[in-house]
Amino acid sequence: MSSFMQQVINGLSLGSIYALIALGYTMVYGIIKLINFAHGEIFMIGAFVGYATIQFLNVGLVPALIVAMAASALLGVIIERVAYRPLRKSSRITALITAIGVSYLIQNGMIQWVGPNVRPFPQVLSNVRYDLGLFSISSIQLIIFGTAIVLMVALQLIVHRTKMGKAMRAVSMDPEAAQLMGINVNHVISFTFMLGSALAGAGGVLVGLFYNTINPMMGFLPGLKAFIAAVLGGIGIIPGAMLGGVLIGLTETMVVAYGDSLLRDAVVFVILILILLVRPSGILGKTTKEKV
Amino acid sequence: MSKRMKTILVWVGAAILGFALIQIAILTGWITRYYEMTLMLILINIMLAVGLNLIVGISGQLSLGHAGFMAIGAYTTGIVTKMMPNLGGFALGILGGVVLSGIVAYIVGIPTLRLKGDYLAIATLGVGEIIRITILNLDITNGARGLSGIPKLATWYYAYIVALLIILVAANYVNSSPGRATISVREDEIAAESLGINTKKYKMIAFMIGTMTAAVAGSFHATYYQLIVPSQFDFVRSIDILIMVVLGGMGSLTGSIFAAVFLGLLNHFLADYGAFRVILYAIALILVMIFKPSGLFGRKEIKASKLFNWKKKEASRS
Amino acid sequence: MTKKRWFMGITASAAMLLAACSAESVEEGSSEETDTINIAGIFEQSGPVAAYGTSELNGVQLAVEEINEAGGVNGKEFELTDYDTQSEETEAAQLATRAASEGAHVLVGPATSGAAMAAAPSAAAASVPLVSPSATADQVTVGEDGEVTPYVFRTSFKDSFQGIALANFADNELGAEKAVILGDNSSDYGVGLAEAFTGEFDGEIVATENFTAGDTDFSAVLTSLADQEFDVLFVPGYYEEAGLIIRQAREMGIDQPILGPDGFGNEQLVELAGAENVTDVYYSAHYTSEGDNPNVSEFVSAFEESYGSEPDMFAALAYDTVYLVADAVEGLDEVTPEAIRDALREVEDFEGVTGTFSFDDFHNPVKSAIVVELENGEEVNFTEVQPE
Repeated sequence: MSSFMQQVINGLSLGSIYALIALGYTMVYGIIKLINFAHGEIFMIGAFVGYATIQFLNVGLVPALIVAMAASALLGVIIERVAYRPLRKSSRITALITAIGVSYLIQNGMIQWVGPNVRPFPQVLSNVRYDLGLFSISSIQLIIFGTAIVLMVALQLIVHRTKMGKAMRAVSMDPEAAQLMGINVNHVISFTFMLGSALAGAGGVLVGLFYNTINPMMGFLPGLKAFIAAVLGGIGIIPGAMLGGVLIGLTETMVVAYGDSLLRDAVVFVILILILLVRPSGILGKTTKEKV
Repeated sequence: MSKRMKTILVWVGAAILGFALIQIAILTGWITRYYEMTLMLILINIMLAVGLNLIVGISGQLSLGHAGFMAIGAYTTGIVTKMMPNLGGFALGILGGVVLSGIVAYIVGIPTLRLKGDYLAIATLGVGEIIRITILNLDITNGARGLSGIPKLATWYYAYIVALLIILVAANYVNSSPGRATISVREDEIAAESLGINTKKYKMIAFMIGTMTAAVAGSFHATYYQLIVPSQFDFVRSIDILIMVVLGGMGSLTGSIFAAVFLGLLNHFLADYGAFRVILYAIALILVMIFKPSGLFGRKEIKASKLFNWKKKEASRS
Repeated sequence: MTKKRWFMGITASAAMLLAACSAESVEEGSSEETDTINIAGIFEQSGPVAAYGTSELNGVQLAVEEINEAGGVNGKEFELTDYDTQSEETEAAQLATRAASEGAHVLVGPATSGAAMAAAPSAAAASVPLVSPSATADQVTVGEDGEVTPYVFRTSFKDSFQGIALANFADNELGAEKAVILGDNSSDYGVGLAEAFTGEFDGEIVATENFTAGDTDFSAVLTSLADQEFDVLFVPGYYEEAGLIIRQAREMGIDQPILGPDGFGNEQLVELAGAENVTDVYYSAHYTSEGDNPNVSEFVSAFEESYGSEPDMFAALAYDTVYLVADAVEGLDEVTPEAIRDALREVEDFEGVTGTFSFDDFHNPVKSAIVVELENGEEVNFTEVQPE
């Protein structure tokens, strides 16, 4: 029993990492209906910027987080401006291939620049483990879990309570009508990328700190799984990203704990295919009919 | 002589000429063994790119799992030829790979081809990964250690002939009535459906032909390099093939062939700049998508019949 | 008219097909005398396993520089040309052929077994010997038919030797009766080691779990392992994941000894795991800087001077590989790839930094492994394990 509780905590901890990445993913998808393949790479860049800031400037976690978020936000805006904006009117396939190209470019660029080796992340936070009888939990796990929840609530507030949020929802529903209503669509999309990328950057730093390892390939698989999490929860829906992330994290953990550790990644892809078949709009999504 | 006959003759002539030129170059020692390996790589890539183009370019379904189907062909042939190290085993391996690949494509196609655009892309990526993970965990495939000591049965001239056959099948499909139906699905799925075209069926046909040719390419890969490991068939390999299709032009078979040859030669001569090559590819991919999303050839084909029209013009001028 | 052309076309193509079948490829590879001894370094310099390849290339470069500074061998300098396989097996096969056609006398590399096996047919076709510093899979030098792969050698011990040595160590030195294995199943290295260990270990293997290269979260698998009763945790894999496993296991309260292969041999292991967690950790190494072998300390300081970091096992093995080639070339009247191959077979009691060895009939070095014990990230003890 105690080991089961511990596995639940493990799953929640892994899930909140996916949720952290999925939050940004889902926002970007919600607004321009594009799988931003490069989101996982922005996450990786965030981790590296955080690493460099701590390593070379000798600062603590909070300044490193801020610098990493700012750099990631900037990168996100640049990617959108340079690669995605010219394609807003093109077919989905074109945009998607571009996104793959951007992801490929950032990942291989980093491999070339900093090398493919893993690096230990500077331990700026002493990781304390709290033993609570049934299970134990570490301070960084708590921080990641807390950050994911706080960010989810904050995003929810931004999207539903602010003027920018209203504009974001309008653009997401119908960009052309939104433009006619006097909304600067480009600004709104840039803002969304900024926000989503900053979140990814913060996630990168926290994950680097938690696992004590970063490398240029670290963004690919978590990025993909975060996307699956977003789809599972209902893409475009902020609490859905959280829910999906936690569910994926729990599933993975349970597969390893009580099934076969080999099937861990395969199961996640099977979930994707199943959810797309059974309920393509995700758990929290509303079903929409396709219009001709 | 009918125009159709002439067209066929020009293609056959070109194919034989190409074959003869390569053969002469090898006999005179102008093509060394290293060049021959590049030639083989190009031929395998042609099979892959033409097959993927049927799926991506002709039926308009973005598949990111092509390498998975290549792996099915490679492993089937690897296993069969290790038991039967002769040409019969090779043929049987190719056949087995094609059938198995077709069956897997059919099974995963039923659910995934219902999906659209990006969802399909991610789902096929998932299928490719599931295939790779399965191979990694099976006993018969020898897991991460892969299959080594596969007899060397593939030669460039078999690959040349088979690549030609694949091109022939693909070209005939595109110009056939089911092929046109498939193109209509790409252009507008809903309109096609309202015209009574069974869109699911044609998507499936294109998907199956494409994945089966990938299996053939995999068979050649296995019996040429004599070693296959699961990591060779990962997502990155799928993207490599996609890059060829995109650069050549989604929807243009000759474009894919051209791109496979071009990138193969580029790879050969830029081998010393290996790591930069991937970066270059990524940049090329982005630039092509932004400035000429139709690729170098667009949807155009190099057609022999055009040659005659041009010749006629020349003749009437002189 | 039409018929005739068709007929001609078919005959012509049939004739060419026949010609093609009977055509013998032109032999490449330099057999004439040259002023230099050409070494082709075929390594994973980019791509996922570039960490190993670059490290080996560094080792090779250092050795070549040293040999040339000392006046070369037989009055001939070594000339190193490096090739990047981009961590792709097919690329390794192509480059081996290319290197041979560019006049290489001997191919050094690649680092991983898969790439070495891919390059082996190319080396054999061109009759140029290939010596891989770190291809550990048993099948690299011996085919499934039990025949030795004619042109392939290695300087590292093979997986089965290492797995057996570690199992013996667990049995005798650690007195373990129950072991659990947490292995990398995405590399031939991890799979081969786990298999050899399972076969040799006298006690009971309580559980076998797997991970994939690139994984970072081992909490689930470690939590379920923590429920088991065992005396030793065997982790056949590389330091990238092993470091994280050690850390997460210790934080979780798994305090049994952790045993690993030479893939642990990188200073990053301790940094990834955190020095305070690396206690009661044992791994098989090719050498130890604590030992009294003067070769080792010279090598370590020369490497640090050139590259600013401690050499890892990949660098050490690659360094030895070049000296091994030099040892073989010495005493040759005529330096040709075949002659080097024959001389390599005859190498006896070669003294390198990774041990003193000769080749067995299957081109595998016969040398002992050293099991190093780490306490708080420091080497505290080492035990020599002899080959069977």
